[in-house]
Amino acid sequence: MSKVGISVLLSQQRPIPLQVKLDCKPGELLALTGPSGSGKTTILRAIAGLYQARRGHVECNDEIWQDGKRFLAAHRRHVGLVFQQYALFPHLTVFENIRLALPKQSKSKSYREVMTLLAQVHLTGLEKRYPKQLSGGQKQRVAVARALARKPAVLLLDEPFSAVDQVTRRKLYRELLLLRQSLAIPIILVTHDLEESALLADNIALLHKGEVLQTGTPETLLKRPQTVTIARLMDQQNVFEARVIEQAPNQTILNWHGIVLHAQAQPDWPVDGNVVHWMVPASGILLHRRDRPSRGEKENPLSGRIVEYFETNGQVHIYVSVDQAPLCKLNINVPLHVAQRNRLSLGETISFSILAQHIHLMKS
Amino acid sequence: MDWPAFNLSIKLSLLTVLILLPVGILAGRLLANRHFPGRFLLQSVITLPLVLPPTVLGYYLLVSFNPDHGLGKWLADSFDLHLIFSFDGLVLASVIFNLPFAIQPMQRAFSDIPAEIREAAQCCGLNPWRVLWKIELPLAWPGILMGLVMTFAHTLGEFGLVLMVGGNIPGETQTLAIAIYEKMQLFDQPAASVMALTLLIFSLLTLSLSFWLSACREKRYV
Repeated sequence: MSKVGISVLLSQQRPIPLQVKLDCKPGELLALTGPSGSGKTTILRAIAGLYQARRGHVECNDEIWQDGKRFLAAHRRHVGLVFQQYALFPHLTVFENIRLALPKQSKSKSYREVMTLLAQVHLTGLEKRYPKQLSGGQKQRVAVARALARKPAVLLLDEPFSAVDQVTRRKLYRELLLLRQSLAIPIILVTHDLEESALLADNIALLHKGEVLQTGTPETLLKRPQTVTIARLMDQQNVFEARVIEQAPNQTILNWHGIVLHAQAQPDWPVDGNVVHWMVPASGILLHRRDRPSRGEKENPLSGRIVEYFETNGQVHIYVSVDQAPLCKLNINVPLHVAQRNRLSLGETISFSILAQHIHLMKS
Repeated sequence: MDWPAFNLSIKLSLLTVLILLPVGILAGRLLANRHFPGRFLLQSVITLPLVLPPTVLGYYLLVSFNPDHGLGKWLADSFDLHLIFSFDGLVLASVIFNLPFAIQPMQRAFSDIPAEIREAAQCCGLNPWRVLWKIELPLAWPGILMGLVMTFAHTLGEFGLVLMVGGNIPGETQTLAIAIYEKMQLFDQPAASVMALTLLIFSLLTLSLSFWLSACREKRYV
Protein backbone atom coordinates (compact mmCIF):
# COMPACT_ATOMS: atom_id res chain seq x y z
CA MET A 1 0.00 0.00 0.00
CA SER A 2 1.36 3.40 -0.91
CA LYS A 3 2.25 5.65 1.99
CA VAL A 4 1.67 9.35 1.50
CA GLY A 5 2.86 11.94 3.92
CA ILE A 6 5.69 11.41 6.32
CA SER A 7 6.19 8.81 9.01
CA VAL A 8 8.98 9.11 11.55
CA LEU A 9 10.24 6.53 13.99
CA LEU A 10 13.29 7.44 16.07
CA SER A 11 14.80 5.58 18.97
CA GLN A 12 17.98 6.10 20.93
CA GLN A 13 19.14 6.50 24.51
CA ARG A 14 22.28 8.58 23.93
CA PRO A 15 23.49 11.25 23.44
CA ILE A 16 19.95 12.65 23.50
CA PRO A 17 17.16 10.25 24.50
CA LEU A 18 14.56 9.93 21.74
CA GLN A 19 11.47 7.73 21.57
CA VAL A 20 9.42 9.14 18.76
CA LYS A 21 6.66 7.90 16.50
CA LEU A 22 5.01 10.49 14.29
CA ASP A 23 2.83 10.53 11.22
CA CYS A 24 1.79 13.57 9.26
CA LYS A 25 -0.43 13.44 6.21
CA PRO A 26 -0.39 15.83 3.24
CA GLY A 27 -2.21 19.03 4.12
CA GLU A 28 -1.95 18.33 7.84
CA LEU A 29 -0.17 20.65 10.26
CA LEU A 30 1.41 18.76 13.12
CA ALA A 31 2.85 20.74 16.03
CA LEU A 32 5.73 19.28 18.03
CA THR A 33 5.41 20.92 21.37
CA GLY A 34 6.92 20.54 24.78
CA PRO A 35 9.18 22.30 27.24
CA SER A 36 12.70 23.51 26.35
CA GLY A 37 15.11 20.61 25.97
CA SER A 38 12.40 18.07 25.19
CA GLY A 39 13.99 17.24 21.83
CA LYS A 40 11.66 19.09 19.45
CA THR A 41 14.37 20.64 17.30
CA THR A 42 16.43 17.44 17.31
CA ILE A 43 13.47 15.57 15.82
CA LEU A 44 13.04 18.24 13.16
CA ARG A 45 16.75 18.03 12.34
CA ALA A 46 16.50 14.24 12.11
CA ILE A 47 13.64 14.58 9.63
CA ALA A 48 15.65 17.11 7.60
CA GLY A 49 18.72 14.85 7.54
CA LEU A 50 20.82 17.19 9.65
CA TYR A 51 20.95 14.73 12.56
CA GLN A 52 21.22 10.97 12.48
CA ALA A 53 19.49 9.14 15.31
CA ARG A 54 21.06 5.78 16.17
CA ARG A 55 17.94 3.88 15.20
CA GLY A 56 15.24 5.26 13.05
CA HIS A 57 12.95 4.93 10.11
CA VAL A 58 11.96 8.06 8.23
CA GLU A 59 9.79 7.61 5.18
CA CYS A 60 8.18 10.25 3.02
CA ASN A 61 5.83 9.52 0.13
CA ASP A 62 7.19 5.98 -0.25
CA GLU A 63 10.78 7.21 -0.29
CA ILE A 64 12.93 5.95 2.56
CA TRP A 65 15.11 8.70 4.00
CA GLN A 66 16.48 6.71 6.88
CA ASP A 67 16.36 3.10 7.96
CA GLY A 68 18.83 0.57 9.34
CA LYS A 69 20.89 0.62 6.14
CA ARG A 70 20.68 4.05 4.63
CA PHE A 71 20.75 7.66 5.66
CA LEU A 72 19.89 10.14 2.96
CA ALA A 73 21.89 13.38 3.32
CA ALA A 74 19.97 16.61 3.83
CA HIS A 75 20.66 17.89 0.30
CA ARG A 76 19.07 14.76 -1.19
CA ARG A 77 15.83 15.03 0.80
CA HIS A 78 13.11 17.26 -0.49
CA VAL A 79 12.65 19.20 2.70
CA GLY A 80 11.83 22.85 3.23
CA LEU A 81 13.14 24.01 6.57
CA VAL A 82 12.47 27.40 8.10
CA PHE A 83 14.99 28.04 10.86
CA GLN A 84 14.30 29.82 14.12
CA GLN A 85 16.64 32.69 13.17
CA TYR A 86 15.76 32.24 9.46
CA ALA A 87 19.40 31.47 8.40
CA LEU A 88 19.19 33.60 5.27
CA PHE A 89 22.43 33.84 3.31
CA PRO A 90 23.69 37.32 4.22
CA HIS A 91 25.80 37.80 1.08
CA LEU A 92 22.88 37.12 -1.27
CA THR A 93 19.89 39.26 -2.12
CA VAL A 94 16.35 38.11 -1.40
CA PHE A 95 16.07 37.02 -5.06
CA GLU A 96 19.32 35.05 -4.91
CA ASN A 97 18.42 33.46 -1.57
CA ILE A 98 15.29 31.99 -3.12
CA ARG A 99 16.81 31.15 -6.50
CA LEU A 100 19.55 29.10 -4.84
CA ALA A 101 16.96 26.62 -3.60
CA LEU A 102 15.33 26.17 -7.00
CA PRO A 103 16.18 23.13 -9.09
CA LYS A 104 18.50 23.72 -12.08
CA GLN A 105 16.48 25.31 -14.88
CA SER A 106 16.56 28.17 -17.37
CA LYS A 107 17.14 31.70 -16.11
CA SER A 108 13.77 32.95 -17.31
CA LYS A 109 11.93 30.10 -15.59
CA SER A 110 13.88 30.67 -12.39
CA TYR A 111 13.03 34.36 -12.51
CA ARG A 112 9.31 33.64 -12.94
CA GLU A 113 9.31 31.12 -10.10
CA VAL A 114 11.14 33.42 -7.69
CA MET A 115 8.74 36.26 -8.48
CA THR A 116 5.73 33.96 -7.98
CA LEU A 117 7.08 32.84 -4.60
CA LEU A 118 7.77 36.43 -3.59
CA ALA A 119 4.20 37.36 -4.50
CA GLN A 120 2.93 34.39 -2.49
CA VAL A 121 4.65 35.68 0.64
CA HIS A 122 3.77 39.33 -0.11
CA LEU A 123 7.34 40.49 -0.72
CA THR A 124 7.13 41.71 -4.31
CA GLY A 125 9.50 44.64 -4.78
CA LEU A 126 11.99 43.55 -2.13
CA GLU A 127 13.92 41.11 -4.33
CA LYS A 128 17.04 43.27 -4.55
CA ARG A 129 17.41 43.79 -0.82
CA TYR A 130 19.94 42.01 1.37
CA PRO A 131 18.75 40.19 4.52
CA LYS A 132 20.18 42.87 6.80
CA GLN A 133 17.85 45.38 5.13
CA LEU A 134 14.72 43.39 6.08
CA SER A 135 12.56 43.39 9.21
CA GLY A 136 12.06 40.22 11.25
CA GLY A 137 8.71 39.48 9.61
CA GLN A 138 10.10 40.01 6.12
CA LYS A 139 13.06 37.73 6.84
CA GLN A 140 10.65 35.08 7.98
CA ARG A 141 8.67 35.36 4.76
CA VAL A 142 11.84 35.08 2.67
CA ALA A 143 12.78 31.97 4.66
CA VAL A 144 9.34 30.47 3.91
CA ALA A 145 9.63 31.34 0.20
CA ARG A 146 13.11 29.78 0.10
CA ALA A 147 11.82 26.64 1.82
CA LEU A 148 8.98 26.37 -0.71
CA ALA A 149 11.30 26.98 -3.68
CA ARG A 150 12.70 23.50 -3.25
CA LYS A 151 9.20 22.09 -3.90
CA PRO A 152 9.47 20.20 -0.65
CA ALA A 153 7.77 16.93 0.18
CA VAL A 154 7.48 18.20 3.75
CA LEU A 155 7.69 21.68 5.24
CA LEU A 156 9.45 21.97 8.60
CA LEU A 157 9.10 25.10 10.73
CA ASP A 158 11.43 25.47 13.70
CA GLU A 159 9.92 28.01 16.11
CA PRO A 160 9.45 30.41 13.21
CA PHE A 161 7.50 32.96 15.22
CA SER A 162 9.76 33.22 18.24
CA ALA A 163 11.95 36.03 16.90
CA VAL A 164 9.19 38.47 15.95
CA ASP A 165 7.06 40.84 17.98
CA GLN A 166 3.48 40.04 19.02
CA VAL A 167 1.81 42.11 16.30
CA THR A 168 3.92 40.59 13.51
CA ARG A 169 3.38 37.15 15.00
CA ARG A 170 -0.40 37.48 14.76
CA LYS A 171 -0.04 38.60 11.14
CA LEU A 172 2.26 35.68 10.34
CA TYR A 173 -0.14 33.19 11.98
CA ARG A 174 -2.81 34.36 9.59
CA GLU A 175 -0.46 34.11 6.63
CA LEU A 176 0.58 30.59 7.59
CA LEU A 177 -3.04 29.50 7.92
CA LEU A 178 -3.78 30.94 4.47
CA LEU A 179 -0.61 29.49 2.95
CA ARG A 180 -1.31 25.98 4.20
CA GLN A 181 -4.60 25.95 2.33
CA SER A 182 -2.62 26.02 -0.91
CA LEU A 183 -0.04 23.43 0.19
CA ALA A 184 -0.79 19.75 -0.16
CA ILE A 185 2.21 18.63 1.85
CA PRO A 186 2.71 17.71 5.51
CA ILE A 187 3.77 20.65 7.67
CA ILE A 188 5.57 20.06 10.95
CA LEU A 189 5.83 23.02 13.30
CA VAL A 190 8.08 23.08 16.35
CA THR A 191 6.93 25.39 19.10
CA HIS A 192 7.01 25.54 22.87
CA ASP A 193 3.98 27.83 22.83
CA LEU A 194 0.86 25.81 23.67
CA GLU A 195 -1.45 28.58 22.56
CA GLU A 196 0.32 28.72 19.19
CA SER A 197 0.04 24.93 18.79
CA ALA A 198 -3.65 24.95 19.63
CA LEU A 199 -4.28 27.84 17.25
CA LEU A 200 -2.41 26.54 14.22
CA ALA A 201 -2.18 22.76 14.40
CA ASP A 202 -4.51 19.98 13.37
CA ASN A 203 -2.65 17.65 15.67
CA ILE A 204 -0.20 18.12 18.49
CA ALA A 205 2.58 15.71 19.47
CA LEU A 206 3.52 16.47 23.06
CA LEU A 207 7.16 15.80 23.87
CA HIS A 208 8.88 15.35 27.18
CA LYS A 209 12.52 14.29 27.59
CA GLY A 210 12.70 13.12 23.98
CA GLU A 211 9.57 11.00 24.16
CA VAL A 212 6.25 11.62 22.46
CA LEU A 213 3.81 11.32 25.34
CA GLN A 214 0.58 11.79 23.39
CA THR A 215 -0.49 12.78 19.91
CA GLY A 216 -3.93 14.12 19.16
CA THR A 217 -6.02 17.11 18.29
CA PRO A 218 -5.46 20.23 20.41
CA GLU A 219 -8.82 19.62 22.07
CA THR A 220 -7.92 16.03 22.96
CA LEU A 221 -4.65 17.07 24.55
CA LEU A 222 -6.20 19.96 26.42
CA LYS A 223 -9.32 18.18 27.63
CA ARG A 224 -8.44 14.50 27.62
CA PRO A 225 -4.75 14.09 28.44
CA GLN A 226 -3.78 10.48 29.07
CA THR A 227 -1.63 11.12 32.14
CA VAL A 228 -1.11 13.69 34.87
CA THR A 229 2.28 14.60 33.36
CA ILE A 230 0.60 15.42 30.05
CA ALA A 231 -2.06 17.48 31.82
CA ARG A 232 0.63 19.46 33.65
CA LEU A 233 2.69 19.94 30.46
CA MET A 234 -0.48 21.20 28.78
CA ASP A 235 -0.64 23.77 31.59
CA GLN A 236 -3.79 22.36 33.17
CA GLN A 237 -4.17 23.85 36.64
CA ASN A 238 -7.09 21.83 37.96
CA VAL A 239 -5.58 18.41 38.50
CA PHE A 240 -6.61 16.57 41.67
CA GLU A 241 -6.84 13.18 43.33
CA ALA A 242 -10.10 11.34 44.08
CA ARG A 243 -11.57 7.85 44.38
CA VAL A 244 -14.12 6.22 42.08
CA ILE A 245 -17.04 5.24 44.28
CA GLU A 246 -19.60 4.17 41.71
CA GLN A 247 -19.93 3.37 38.02
CA ALA A 248 -23.53 4.35 37.22
CA PRO A 249 -25.00 3.65 33.75
CA ASN A 250 -24.34 7.14 32.40
CA GLN A 251 -21.86 8.54 34.81
CA THR A 252 -18.84 7.87 36.96
CA ILE A 253 -19.12 9.07 40.54
CA LEU A 254 -16.07 10.29 42.43
CA ASN A 255 -15.28 11.09 46.01
CA TRP A 256 -13.08 14.16 46.11
CA HIS A 257 -12.07 14.94 49.68
CA GLY A 258 -15.58 14.09 50.85
CA ILE A 259 -17.28 15.87 47.97
CA VAL A 260 -19.30 13.69 45.62
CA LEU A 261 -18.63 14.60 42.01
CA HIS A 262 -20.63 13.33 39.07
CA ALA A 263 -18.50 12.91 35.97
CA GLN A 264 -19.24 11.82 32.43
CA ALA A 265 -19.21 8.02 32.14
CA GLN A 266 -15.66 6.62 32.11
CA PRO A 267 -16.35 2.92 32.70
CA ASP A 268 -12.73 1.79 32.38
CA TRP A 269 -11.98 2.97 35.89
CA PRO A 270 -12.77 0.28 38.49
CA VAL A 271 -14.48 0.95 41.81
CA ASP A 272 -11.56 -0.43 43.83
CA GLY A 273 -10.91 2.32 46.34
CA ASN A 274 -7.63 3.29 44.67
CA VAL A 275 -6.67 6.90 44.22
CA VAL A 276 -7.17 8.23 40.68
CA HIS A 277 -6.37 11.60 39.15
CA TRP A 278 -8.96 13.81 37.56
CA MET A 279 -8.88 17.16 35.90
CA VAL A 280 -11.21 19.82 34.67
CA PRO A 281 -10.13 22.58 32.29
CA ALA A 282 -10.79 26.12 33.47
CA SER A 283 -13.43 26.33 30.73
CA GLY A 284 -15.28 23.39 32.33
CA ILE A 285 -16.18 25.34 35.45
CA LEU A 286 -19.35 27.39 35.32
CA LEU A 287 -19.66 30.47 37.48
CA HIS A 288 -23.11 30.93 39.02
CA ARG A 289 -24.70 34.33 38.46
CA ARG A 290 -25.65 36.17 41.62
CA ASP A 291 -28.83 37.73 40.22
CA ARG A 292 -30.51 34.69 38.65
CA PRO A 293 -30.03 30.92 38.32
CA SER A 294 -27.55 29.79 35.66
CA ARG A 295 -27.91 26.93 33.26
CA GLY A 296 -26.23 23.83 34.67
CA GLU A 297 -25.88 25.18 38.18
CA LYS A 298 -27.24 21.99 39.70
CA GLU A 299 -24.32 20.06 38.24
CA ASN A 300 -21.65 19.46 40.93
CA PRO A 301 -22.47 22.73 42.72
CA LEU A 302 -19.68 24.07 44.92
CA SER A 303 -18.76 27.29 46.65
CA GLY A 304 -15.50 28.89 47.66
CA ARG A 305 -13.55 32.04 48.45
CA ILE A 306 -11.44 33.87 45.87
CA VAL A 307 -7.81 33.68 47.05
CA GLU A 308 -6.08 34.91 43.89
CA TYR A 309 -7.39 37.34 41.29
CA PHE A 310 -5.63 38.83 38.28
CA GLU A 311 -6.53 40.17 34.87
CA THR A 312 -4.70 39.64 31.58
CA ASN A 313 -5.76 40.57 28.10
CA GLY A 314 -9.50 40.90 28.82
CA GLN A 315 -9.61 37.68 30.84
CA VAL A 316 -9.85 37.30 34.60
CA HIS A 317 -8.02 34.39 36.20
CA ILE A 318 -9.18 33.48 39.67
CA TYR A 319 -8.21 30.80 42.14
CA VAL A 320 -10.89 29.66 44.52
CA SER A 321 -10.37 27.83 47.78
CA VAL A 322 -13.24 25.32 47.84
CA ASP A 323 -15.34 25.57 51.03
CA GLN A 324 -15.87 21.82 51.24
CA ALA A 325 -12.11 21.13 50.68
CA PRO A 326 -10.19 24.28 51.63
CA LEU A 327 -6.78 22.91 50.64
CA CYS A 328 -7.93 22.49 47.03
CA LYS A 329 -7.65 25.55 44.82
CA LEU A 330 -9.59 25.62 41.59
CA ASN A 331 -8.64 27.84 38.67
CA ILE A 332 -11.54 29.56 36.90
CA ASN A 333 -11.19 31.88 33.91
CA VAL A 334 -13.94 34.29 32.94
CA PRO A 335 -14.11 37.28 30.59
CA LEU A 336 -13.51 40.61 32.29
CA HIS A 337 -17.10 41.80 31.76
CA VAL A 338 -18.45 38.67 33.47
CA ALA A 339 -16.13 39.27 36.43
CA GLN A 340 -17.29 42.89 36.65
CA ARG A 341 -20.99 42.03 36.35
CA ASN A 342 -20.67 39.44 39.13
CA ARG A 343 -18.55 41.83 41.23
CA LEU A 344 -15.74 39.30 41.61
CA SER A 345 -12.86 40.40 43.79
CA LEU A 346 -10.29 39.00 46.17
CA GLY A 347 -11.88 37.49 49.29
CA GLU A 348 -15.39 37.27 47.77
CA THR A 349 -17.32 34.03 48.14
CA ILE A 350 -18.68 32.63 44.90
CA SER A 351 -20.61 29.54 43.83
CA PHE A 352 -19.91 27.53 40.73
CA SER A 353 -20.42 24.17 39.05
CA ILE A 354 -17.89 21.68 37.77
CA LEU A 355 -19.47 20.44 34.56
CA ALA A 356 -19.68 16.64 34.53
CA GLN A 357 -18.81 16.34 30.86
CA HIS A 358 -15.49 18.11 31.44
CA ILE A 359 -14.31 15.91 34.31
CA HIS A 360 -11.65 13.63 32.93
CA LEU A 361 -9.90 10.76 34.71
CA MET A 362 -6.23 10.08 34.07
CA LYS A 363 -3.42 7.72 34.89
CA SER A 364 -0.82 8.92 37.37
CA MET B 1 68.27 48.22 -4.58
CA ASP B 2 69.15 44.53 -4.88
CA TRP B 3 66.61 43.49 -7.54
CA PRO B 4 67.52 39.76 -7.68
CA ALA B 5 66.94 39.58 -3.90
CA PHE B 6 63.69 41.53 -4.26
CA ASN B 7 62.49 39.24 -7.06
CA LEU B 8 63.45 36.15 -5.07
CA SER B 9 61.52 37.46 -2.05
CA ILE B 10 58.44 38.10 -4.17
CA LYS B 11 58.73 34.67 -5.83
CA LEU B 12 59.11 32.95 -2.45
CA SER B 13 56.16 34.88 -1.00
CA LEU B 14 53.90 34.13 -3.97
CA LEU B 15 54.73 30.43 -3.99
CA THR B 16 54.12 30.21 -0.24
CA VAL B 17 50.78 31.96 -0.66
CA LEU B 18 49.78 29.70 -3.55
CA ILE B 19 50.57 26.55 -1.60
CA LEU B 20 48.93 27.78 1.59
CA LEU B 21 45.71 28.87 -0.12
CA PRO B 22 44.19 25.37 -0.50
CA VAL B 23 45.97 24.08 2.62
CA GLY B 24 44.64 26.97 4.69
CA ILE B 25 41.08 26.64 3.37
CA LEU B 26 40.92 22.90 4.01
CA ALA B 27 42.66 22.99 7.40
CA GLY B 28 40.85 26.15 8.53
CA ARG B 29 37.46 24.71 7.60
CA LEU B 30 38.27 21.37 9.19
CA LEU B 31 39.38 22.98 12.46
CA ALA B 32 36.41 25.34 12.47
CA ASN B 33 33.66 22.81 11.77
CA ARG B 34 34.77 19.40 12.92
CA HIS B 35 35.49 18.01 16.34
CA PHE B 36 37.77 14.99 16.09
CA PRO B 37 40.29 13.27 18.35
CA GLY B 38 43.61 15.08 18.23
CA ARG B 39 42.09 18.35 17.10
CA PHE B 40 43.81 20.34 19.83
CA LEU B 41 47.14 18.64 19.12
CA LEU B 42 46.82 19.49 15.43
CA GLN B 43 45.95 23.07 16.30
CA SER B 44 48.97 23.28 18.61
CA VAL B 45 51.33 21.90 15.94
CA ILE B 46 50.01 24.44 13.43
CA THR B 47 50.41 27.29 15.93
CA LEU B 48 53.90 26.21 17.05
CA PRO B 49 55.79 28.44 14.56
CA LEU B 50 54.16 31.46 16.18
CA VAL B 51 55.87 30.83 19.52
CA LEU B 52 59.06 29.07 18.47
CA PRO B 53 62.13 31.14 17.57
CA PRO B 54 62.72 30.77 13.80
CA THR B 55 66.16 29.40 14.56
CA VAL B 56 64.68 26.45 16.46
CA LEU B 57 62.39 25.57 13.57
CA GLY B 58 65.30 26.15 11.17
CA TYR B 59 67.49 23.83 13.23
CA TYR B 60 64.97 20.98 13.09
CA LEU B 61 64.42 21.47 9.38
CA LEU B 62 68.20 21.40 8.80
CA VAL B 63 68.46 18.18 10.78
CA SER B 64 65.48 16.62 9.01
CA PHE B 65 66.58 17.58 5.50
CA ASN B 66 70.21 16.56 5.96
CA PRO B 67 70.88 14.47 2.81
CA ASP B 68 73.22 12.15 4.74
CA HIS B 69 70.54 10.40 6.77
CA GLY B 70 66.86 9.94 7.53
CA LEU B 71 64.20 11.85 5.65
CA GLY B 72 66.69 14.07 3.84
CA LYS B 73 68.58 11.03 2.54
CA TRP B 74 65.35 9.38 1.42
CA LEU B 75 64.25 12.54 -0.40
CA ALA B 76 67.67 12.90 -2.08
CA ASP B 77 67.88 9.22 -3.09
CA SER B 78 64.26 8.79 -4.19
CA PHE B 79 63.44 12.14 -5.76
CA ASP B 80 66.82 13.84 -6.13
CA LEU B 81 65.40 16.53 -3.87
CA HIS B 82 67.94 18.58 -1.93
CA LEU B 83 66.22 20.85 0.51
CA ILE B 84 69.16 22.39 2.38
CA PHE B 85 70.55 25.66 0.99
CA SER B 86 68.19 25.48 -1.98
CA PHE B 87 65.17 27.49 -3.07
CA ASP B 88 62.91 24.39 -2.84
CA GLY B 89 63.90 23.94 0.80
CA LEU B 90 63.25 27.60 1.42
CA VAL B 91 59.71 27.26 0.00
CA LEU B 92 58.96 24.23 2.18
CA ALA B 93 60.36 25.95 5.28
CA SER B 94 58.39 29.07 4.48
CA VAL B 95 55.15 27.07 4.07
CA ILE B 96 55.67 25.35 7.44
CA PHE B 97 56.60 28.59 9.16
CA ASN B 98 53.58 30.41 7.77
CA LEU B 99 50.98 27.77 8.61
CA PRO B 100 49.55 29.72 11.59
CA PHE B 101 49.53 33.02 9.69
CA ALA B 102 47.47 31.48 6.88
CA ILE B 103 45.29 29.02 8.77
CA GLN B 104 44.26 31.02 11.83
CA PRO B 105 42.48 33.89 10.01
CA MET B 106 40.81 31.36 7.70
CA GLN B 107 39.73 29.19 10.64
CA ARG B 108 38.26 32.25 12.34
CA ALA B 109 36.42 33.20 9.16
CA PHE B 110 34.87 29.73 8.82
CA SER B 111 34.02 29.65 12.55
CA ASP B 112 32.16 32.92 12.18
CA ILE B 113 29.69 31.36 9.73
CA PRO B 114 26.74 30.14 11.82
CA ALA B 115 26.12 26.39 11.57
CA GLU B 116 22.50 27.18 10.63
CA ILE B 117 23.66 28.90 7.44
CA ARG B 118 25.47 25.75 6.29
CA GLU B 119 22.50 23.61 7.25
CA ALA B 120 20.11 25.91 5.44
CA ALA B 121 22.26 25.55 2.32
CA GLN B 122 22.10 21.75 2.61
CA CYS B 123 18.33 21.95 2.97
CA CYS B 124 18.29 24.06 -0.20
CA GLY B 125 19.70 21.02 -1.98
CA LEU B 126 23.34 22.11 -2.17
CA ASN B 127 25.91 19.29 -1.93
CA PRO B 128 28.96 19.86 0.32
CA TRP B 129 31.11 21.26 -2.52
CA ARG B 130 28.40 23.69 -3.59
CA VAL B 131 27.93 24.73 0.04
CA LEU B 132 31.66 25.52 0.16
CA TRP B 133 31.66 27.31 -3.18
CA LYS B 134 28.37 29.22 -3.00
CA ILE B 135 28.07 29.95 0.71
CA GLU B 136 31.19 29.41 2.77
CA LEU B 137 33.89 30.85 0.50
CA PRO B 138 31.98 34.07 -0.29
CA LEU B 139 31.31 34.58 3.42
CA ALA B 140 34.83 33.65 4.51
CA TRP B 141 36.78 35.33 1.71
CA PRO B 142 37.89 38.43 3.68
CA GLY B 143 39.39 36.08 6.30
CA ILE B 144 40.97 33.95 3.59
CA LEU B 145 42.41 37.02 1.90
CA MET B 146 43.67 38.31 5.22
CA GLY B 147 45.45 34.99 5.83
CA LEU B 148 47.10 35.22 2.42
CA VAL B 149 48.10 38.85 2.88
CA MET B 150 49.62 38.10 6.28
CA THR B 151 51.48 35.12 4.81
CA PHE B 152 52.79 37.20 1.92
CA ALA B 153 53.99 40.04 4.15
CA HIS B 154 55.46 37.72 6.72
CA THR B 155 57.39 35.69 4.12
CA LEU B 156 58.71 38.86 2.57
CA GLY B 157 60.23 39.94 5.86
CA GLU B 158 61.36 36.56 7.27
CA PHE B 159 65.03 36.47 8.23
CA GLY B 160 66.09 33.81 10.75
CA LEU B 161 64.55 30.77 9.14
CA VAL B 162 65.70 31.78 5.66
CA LEU B 163 69.26 32.19 6.88
CA MET B 164 69.21 28.85 8.72
CA VAL B 165 67.68 26.73 5.93
CA GLY B 166 68.73 28.63 2.82
CA GLY B 167 71.96 30.29 3.85
CA ASN B 168 72.88 33.37 1.86
CA ILE B 169 73.36 32.36 -1.76
CA PRO B 170 72.74 35.33 -4.09
CA GLY B 171 70.16 34.52 -6.76
CA GLU B 172 69.29 31.20 -5.08
CA THR B 173 68.37 31.81 -1.44
CA GLN B 174 69.26 35.44 -0.72
CA THR B 175 66.02 37.30 0.03
CA LEU B 176 65.58 41.02 0.60
CA ALA B 177 65.79 40.68 4.39
CA ILE B 178 69.09 38.79 4.10
CA ALA B 179 70.36 41.31 1.55
CA ILE B 180 69.68 44.16 4.03
CA TYR B 181 71.66 42.30 6.67
CA GLU B 182 74.53 41.76 4.20
CA LYS B 183 74.56 45.42 3.14
CA MET B 184 74.77 46.50 6.79
CA GLN B 185 77.68 44.13 7.34
CA LEU B 186 79.38 45.81 4.38
CA PHE B 187 78.51 49.30 5.79
CA ASP B 188 76.45 50.06 2.66
CA GLN B 189 73.83 52.00 4.58
CA PRO B 190 72.14 53.78 1.61
CA ALA B 191 71.37 50.46 -0.10
CA ALA B 192 70.19 48.91 3.18
CA SER B 193 67.91 51.86 3.93
CA VAL B 194 66.24 51.74 0.46
CA MET B 195 65.50 48.06 0.89
CA ALA B 196 64.38 48.48 4.51
CA LEU B 197 62.04 51.31 3.50
CA THR B 198 60.62 49.14 0.69
CA LEU B 199 59.85 46.36 3.17
CA LEU B 200 58.40 48.82 5.68
CA ILE B 201 56.02 50.41 3.16
CA PHE B 202 55.03 47.05 1.74
CA SER B 203 54.28 45.62 5.18
CA LEU B 204 52.31 48.70 6.21
CA LEU B 205 50.23 48.55 3.03
CA THR B 206 49.44 44.85 3.42
CA LEU B 207 48.42 45.28 7.07
CA SER B 208 46.22 48.27 6.19
CA LEU B 209 44.62 46.18 3.46
CA SER B 210 43.92 43.39 5.97
CA PHE B 211 42.25 45.70 8.46
CA TRP B 212 40.24 47.45 5.74
CA LEU B 213 38.96 44.11 4.44
CA SER B 214 37.98 43.08 7.93
CA ALA B 215 36.03 46.31 8.41
CA CYS B 216 34.34 45.92 5.00
CA ARG B 217 33.12 42.46 5.92
CA GLU B 218 31.49 43.65 9.12
CA LYS B 219 29.86 46.56 7.32
CA ARG B 220 28.47 44.41 4.54
CA TYR B 221 26.75 41.63 6.41
CA VAL B 222 26.15 42.68 9.99
